[in-house]
Amino acid sequence: MELGSLQRRYIDFTSALFREGFLDNQYTQLQQLQDESNPEFVLEVVTLFFEDSEKLLDELSRTLDQQVVDYKKVDAHVHQLKGSSASIGAQRVKNVCMAFRNCCEERNQEGCLRCLQQVRQEYFLVKSKLETLFRLEKQILAAGGSVPVLW
Amino acid sequence: MAVDAEAQFHVLAVDDSLLDRKLIERLLKTSSFQVTTVDSGSKALEVLGLKEDQTSTPALSPEHNEIEVNLVITDYCMPGMTGYDLLKKIKESSSLKDIPVVIMSSENVPSRINRCLEEGAEEFFLKPVQLSDMRRLRPHILKGKHKEQQLHQEENSNTNHIIISSSNNNNMSNKRKAMDEEVLSERTRLRFSSSSLNVI
Repeated sequence: MELGSLQRRYIDFTSALFREGFLDNQYTQLQQLQDESNPEFVLEVVTLFFEDSEKLLDELSRTLDQQVVDYKKVDAHVHQLKGSSASIGAQRVKNVCMAFRNCCEERNQEGCLRCLQQVRQEYFLVKSKLETLFRLEKQILAAGGSVPVLW
Repeated sequence: MAVDAEAQFHVLAVDDSLLDRKLIERLLKTSSFQVTTVDSGSKALEVLGLKEDQTSTPALSPEHNEIEVNLVITDYCMPGMTGYDLLKKIKESSSLKDIPVVIMSSENVPSRINRCLEEGAEEFFLKPVQLSDMRRLRPHILKGKHKEQQLHQEENSNTNHIIISSSNNNNMSNKRKAMDEEVLSERTRLRFSSSSLNVI
């Protein structure tokens, strides 16, 4: 695909991500911290988020699967997930985490399981969106162009 | 000793989350700070030259410590030693108590914030911390150094001075402060009233 249309696609895709609430201003903050001296900063941080999150989601499944659920542990994991999603601007994941913590407080197992399913869904959704975003950036750079700055 | 406003200050950042450590490191470096990051309160104390059960650094004077730290910024929620515990240890140490400490937390809990401020934290940042928050750090470092300078001058001139620390934060529009104005101004009054130095 030629450079112009790649860049246009990038702009449309990114705008939609923000408009639909997948990403919030914190993601823009990350982009602002990236420069020639740290050209992969966003990718590095987001990769940490992916690694962190998948570990936490596994832990959450395990913890909620116990005969006697340790809600303190569940809450601690959700707190961590909420923190890292907030740190990269993954707004929808963060929002589900907030609801998730309420279910923990109420010791509501059904509610927690539902939240887990939801947070998993949101996580994999934003993960695939971000991977598409990074792919587009790579393609633009490979075509000799620069990635449009939307802030 | 003149304080060079352009001097590179050294910040020790403490956070158990690797992601957040990476973020705070980048924020600090972008703001021209020298940075050391550690993942726990106990490691932080090691860097500061203090073992967990000590209250003052061993025989070496501060200038001989490996690293001079101008400010500590720490997460509140950490396993083992919390940010609050670390803050306490620093403020209880004769050699470290003048190092400004800033606490970060993802949770806006007024009682927690007040507890930290009362224990001597300079400020409380709500996470995620942003580039604009970094501007608030330098005044705390400079204030401490200014106090140090004034103390020396006082010793030399043998007169009584009451040193009023310059107002740190007029930025009330800062939504991230998470305390209402009334509480904030009261805290400032309290800090002013307790900030008169003991004259030697």
